[in-house]
Amino acid sequence: MLDSLIVVRDALPYLLEGSLVTIGIVVGAMGLGLVAGVPMAMAQVYGNRALRLLVAVYVWLFRGIPVLVLLFLFYFGLFSLMGLNISAFWAATLVLGMRGMAYQSQIFRGAMQSLPQGQLKAAMALGMSELKAIRVIILPQALRLSIPGWSNEYSIVLKDSAIAFVLGTSEIMSRAHFVASRTYEQLALYITAGALFFLLTWLGVRGLRVLERKVSIPGYAQQI
Amino acid sequence: MTDNTLLRVESLSKDLGGKTILNDVSLQMATGDLKVLIGPSGGGKSTLLQCINLLIFPDEGRIWLGGREVSFRKKREVLAFRQQIGMIFQDFNLFDHLNAMDNVAIALRKVKRMSRLSAEKRATEELERVGLGDKRGLYPAELSGGQKQRVSIARALAMDPVLLLLDEPTSALDPELIGEVLSVIRSLSQRNITMLMATHQVGFARTLAQEILFMEHGRIIEQGHPMTLLAKDNPVASRTMDFCTKLSEIYGESG
Repeated sequence: MLDSLIVVRDALPYLLEGSLVTIGIVVGAMGLGLVAGVPMAMAQVYGNRALRLLVAVYVWLFRGIPVLVLLFLFYFGLFSLMGLNISAFWAATLVLGMRGMAYQSQIFRGAMQSLPQGQLKAAMALGMSELKAIRVIILPQALRLSIPGWSNEYSIVLKDSAIAFVLGTSEIMSRAHFVASRTYEQLALYITAGALFFLLTWLGVRGLRVLERKVSIPGYAQQI
Repeated sequence: MTDNTLLRVESLSKDLGGKTILNDVSLQMATGDLKVLIGPSGGGKSTLLQCINLLIFPDEGRIWLGGREVSFRKKREVLAFRQQIGMIFQDFNLFDHLNAMDNVAIALRKVKRMSRLSAEKRATEELERVGLGDKRGLYPAELSGGQKQRVSIARALAMDPVLLLLDEPTSALDPELIGEVLSVIRSLSQRNITMLMATHQVGFARTLAQEILFMEHGRIIEQGHPMTLLAKDNPVASRTMDFCTKLSEIYGESG
């Protein structure tokens, strides 16, 4: 028991460094999903038939294939076909990001569609173009409504990032595995890895909850 | 066309989902006019108003504003045209994430490119004019229906429209809140603001409108001065009279 604790204590700085890698993957993937997911949602709600179809096909593909398959498909195949020679870290970030685009676009789509469309009409009646009305009136509200779904997506991406281990990325899981295989303290190390993931999930979800409260619109019922 | 014709709408038609919603509708508005659209629901009043400011593009027809024909195809021209025409909706359509002042100021800033400071100054003036100067920090969810509609009137007027379209502005309001909105609209007519208003408020139409346009099945089937159309001794039984009598029976309006 004491041996295990000593191993964990000694390995902790190494594992915490791995948390930074994990955070890097998650921030990159969530960021890509946000930046691309919003225009994809706009295209799906307000775009023409071709755009809507394009987004729908993309979403179906990335929702329909396991993340492990996607990771192998891109890392060992498609990225090199595209002439990209990228590290395991970037491969994991991009693949999780591309899958995140599919999921996040649907979060934003739902939020946009739940808003009363009369506001868009009112904005256009004031002389705004449709794009400007979406940007100035629809998006600020849709993004607020998206925070709970986005927080859920964060917790999924964070934990799925552990799968980057299979490419040899030096994130939490692969570092825990590395130490465990050297010291034979599997239980202690995987508990520590699990605790780190749990802590990161908790912090992120709490943070987003605070953000949600902070940007909530006065007069609307605030759930507890 | 006479000199003071502000808006001329000719032969607007619109089909939606295989159904004819507007069928060859024409009308004219002179500066300072207050005309009222009356008629049963589904008769095309709302579609007509939205076609006039091109929120819905008519299938056929032409529109002139101030003697200039509006091209439906040029996007920039359509946007500039809409900016000149204020629109008041039945459901207010306030921007839920903005307080009363920002609801009024947002288009001044984003469309008219005014600075934040001057936009807010103008917004405050417009809110004061509809009696909501002290409510400018409140959000739509914190306002009553009547207050919301007054904010939406301030929002439209801040853009200095040459014409105001009102789509049943009091129909979504509790009876005791209708008065405050009607009195604001009355004050607009005293300021000589040109208005075309769809409404079921017969009394209001009778006392203030220069002309009643009665719409049914996508057409204007009767039109004229309220005194003529709603005259008790009108030898020709008018459809308008018939309809308004029924409305008055329901709402107990004396006119």
